[in-house]
Amino acid sequence: MSQTSFIPEFVSRKSFIELDGRRRAQSLFDEGTWKELVGPFDRMESPWLPRQGIAPQFDDGCVVIKGKIGGMPAVAIALEGAFQGGSIGEVSGAKMTAALDLATKDSEAGKRTAAILLLETGGVRLQEANLGLAAVAEVISSVLALRPHAPVITLIAGTVGCFGGMALAAGVSSYVVMTREARLGLNGPEVIEQESGIDEFDSSDRALIWAIHGGEQRVGMGLADALVEDDAEKIKATIRGYVQADLRPEYRSQQVELYRDRIAALDTSEQIDPLNLRQRWNNKTTGGLR
Amino acid sequence: MEQIEFDYPAAKRRITKKAHVGVVGSGDMEVLMEPSPTERAHVSITTSVDGFQSSWKAVFDRFFSKFDGAVRIQINDAGATPGSVMLRLEQAAEVINQ
Repeated sequence: MSQTSFIPEFVSRKSFIELDGRRRAQSLFDEGTWKELVGPFDRMESPWLPRQGIAPQFDDGCVVIKGKIGGMPAVAIALEGAFQGGSIGEVSGAKMTAALDLATKDSEAGKRTAAILLLETGGVRLQEANLGLAAVAEVISSVLALRPHAPVITLIAGTVGCFGGMALAAGVSSYVVMTREARLGLNGPEVIEQESGIDEFDSSDRALIWAIHGGEQRVGMGLADALVEDDAEKIKATIRGYVQADLRPEYRSQQVELYRDRIAALDTSEQIDPLNLRQRWNNKTTGGLR
Repeated sequence: MEQIEFDYPAAKRRITKKAHVGVVGSGDMEVLMEPSPTERAHVSITTSVDGFQSSWKAVFDRFFSKFDGAVRIQINDAGATPGSVMLRLEQAAEVINQ
């Protein structure tokens, strides 16, 4: 009997999604060049969670790593999706803003420092309410400050996805990279169903959710730039490409007229399906439809 | 939420390294393990699940029956089972003893 030597690619591939936030951020850097800033041993915890009977995390679910990617200075900011849904609170928001602002300062001084946001988040941490909302505003304004000097790259790998206020941060970043497993949207499926009814959006219908929020559709519509496989090496190479890329002449968030016209042109008298939207807007990808 | 503290005076071996493992996700916990400021091991736990002090005690009694390092252990817990707690502790101890 002859032995088969066929080993499917996914057996040898190293998954990115299976890594926690810290290891995801570390995996993007050139070996031996990175260090973590304000790590767990600094114990910058949320002061608000314990008062509400919730165990905090030593890094408040936000990992900041500075180092080199493809020989160029970069900082990666990862939200840990497993801790409180990756939600952004006072401390995690401050860490994110401070890291972006330091990158801006370095970039303005002539040392171009790209930022990579690894967003696995449901948005604002409800337990920290207004402080979380303020954090989102600060993060967005810091992204806008860095964007003219160095690329701000949002990476959404999944499987939490990127929702709420942090979806706005993804929206203003220079480049958005997603996997098929990732989702990006302002309101999550449960929220839409709760507000508009199950007829509008059935949050238990996973195929429907991914056909609308999923990476394939977002790239297909031109709301994200690259669709990558869940492969640590491929993701690292894609991010390296964007770290080294030229700055965009124009950002999606500046194309107000274009998107206004696109939305105005939609005929809402009939159901708009995901494929139709892709064909009209961008038509970059073909898979991932139900 | 509950705060639990234990002391293990018998653990006296000096250690130099520190370790951080785990995430405060549902059914999981994170642990910081580092050299103790005193000559004994000290454990402090913040857990979101109340009423399991005796289970924590049993896990740490067993852990310190094998581990003799003078460590300071700090834990944030989101409902890890005793088995997961022991795995996380052993994972951290492995980093410390490397």
